[in-house]
Amino acid sequence: MSDRAIHILTDSFMKILLPGLKVTLPLTAIAFSLALVIATVVALIQFANVRVLKQIARVYIWVIRGTPLVVQLYLVFFGISGLGYLIDPFVCAAIVLAVNEGAYCAETMRAALEAVPAGQMEAGYCVGMKYHQIIRRIVLPQAMRTAFPPLSNSLLSMLKDTSLVASITVAEMFMAAQRIVARTYEPLLVYAEVAVIYLAFSTVLTWLQHFGEKRLNRYQRAKA
Amino acid sequence: MLEIKNIHKTFGDAQVLRGVDLKVEKGDVIAILGPSGSGKTTLLRCMNFLETADSGTMQFDGEHFELGKMKKRDIARLRLKTGFVFQNYNLFLNKSALQNVAEGLIVARRMPKQEAYSIAERMLEKVGLSDRAGYFPHQLSGGQQQRVAIARALASEPEIIYFDEPTSALDPELTGEVLEVIKHLAAEGMTMIVVTHELGFARTVADRVIFMENGVVVEEGSAEEIFDRPAKERTREFLRMEWKEN
Repeated sequence: MSDRAIHILTDSFMKILLPGLKVTLPLTAIAFSLALVIATVVALIQFANVRVLKQIARVYIWVIRGTPLVVQLYLVFFGISGLGYLIDPFVCAAIVLAVNEGAYCAETMRAALEAVPAGQMEAGYCVGMKYHQIIRRIVLPQAMRTAFPPLSNSLLSMLKDTSLVASITVAEMFMAAQRIVARTYEPLLVYAEVAVIYLAFSTVLTWLQHFGEKRLNRYQRAKA
Repeated sequence: MLEIKNIHKTFGDAQVLRGVDLKVEKGDVIAILGPSGSGKTTLLRCMNFLETADSGTMQFDGEHFELGKMKKRDIARLRLKTGFVFQNYNLFLNKSALQNVAEGLIVARRMPKQEAYSIAERMLEKVGLSDRAGYFPHQLSGGQQQRVAIARALASEPEIIYFDEPTSALDPELTGEVLEVIKHLAAEGMTMIVVTHELGFARTVADRVIFMENGVVVEEGSAEEIFDRPAKERTREFLRMEWKEN
């Protein structure tokens, strides 16, 4: 490897990593937490069969899953800007990512809720518990265990999808890389570098997943 | 104490209950026998509102209820007086044995945790499972799970406990330990209705035996009456078949 290449790599490393730590990771954390809240609410609405709201939930999932994330980002950011309102790109990105991932996670959560045996509800009723108490203390914890691996998938997807928000002017990790490429004309080198940093982030999240599964497994038979 | 009159229930086209009456006095142990599809489990589930009966009345501690149009609040209130033991245990899978027993006390009855856990410990001791308090359901045998389920039903000091085929999901060598627990409760004077296929058990424990078929009570009487000198040919036939299988 040439001295120049090494110099570019070392010089750009912190310039890519810092926006990663300051923007990519917080954006992922905020958007995914919001997505989980949306997903839980939307899944519970369907699980509990709440009239009207259930129809709204289905339309939401249909629209979000049926349109590309980039289009959603452009639509909201440039659409609102175009109307003459100022909108913070980071806030916009967090909301769009959350609403987008929320639709996918809602389906994951719904499937997990439906996988909890009906007898759990009945047993709850028979010891005098109310619907919301059974959901909160018995059904949701069991559903979370089932949903945990696919939700971890969604988290990883989102981490990588944050690279798309560069297109609505959020100065995250990928935008930093693009800028360095524009200056150095070393796309292979710099994009490989940013890929490795994404991989490092993903690896940490995967560890966290294993750790989380172990904790949740204490009340579940280990699957052969 | 508890009286059901003229209860009806249909699932689609199937008439599962066609006018069943049932009277329970305090301290009674009633066994309900009958072939599968006779409606005995549905009767029990309607009595605890896990199924909604189409019509019929219930008298509970002097209060009168129309089973077809129960209010949520009344259902919640009545369930606090009853316990239910399921065929497949239905222990809360995310709770330990001790938590399973304490959960209803803490959540439904708003009992302080410490008090609830000390009651739960006593209940587990009663079913012989003190040493399994911290175990999760998947770490227990079927018989142990069912005994925890009985402890859970007992914890709230119900006026009556319903047992829905409590040993039908168990291996034969595990049914004994569960029946033993139920026998103890009977000896202590607990009011119970037990839907069961265990004829020997019904005979020794039940004060009264009800034989159901096709959604109606075919015959009802003391254990001796039903087992030693059944009046109806259908009852005789059923008992003959069942004894042979056992």
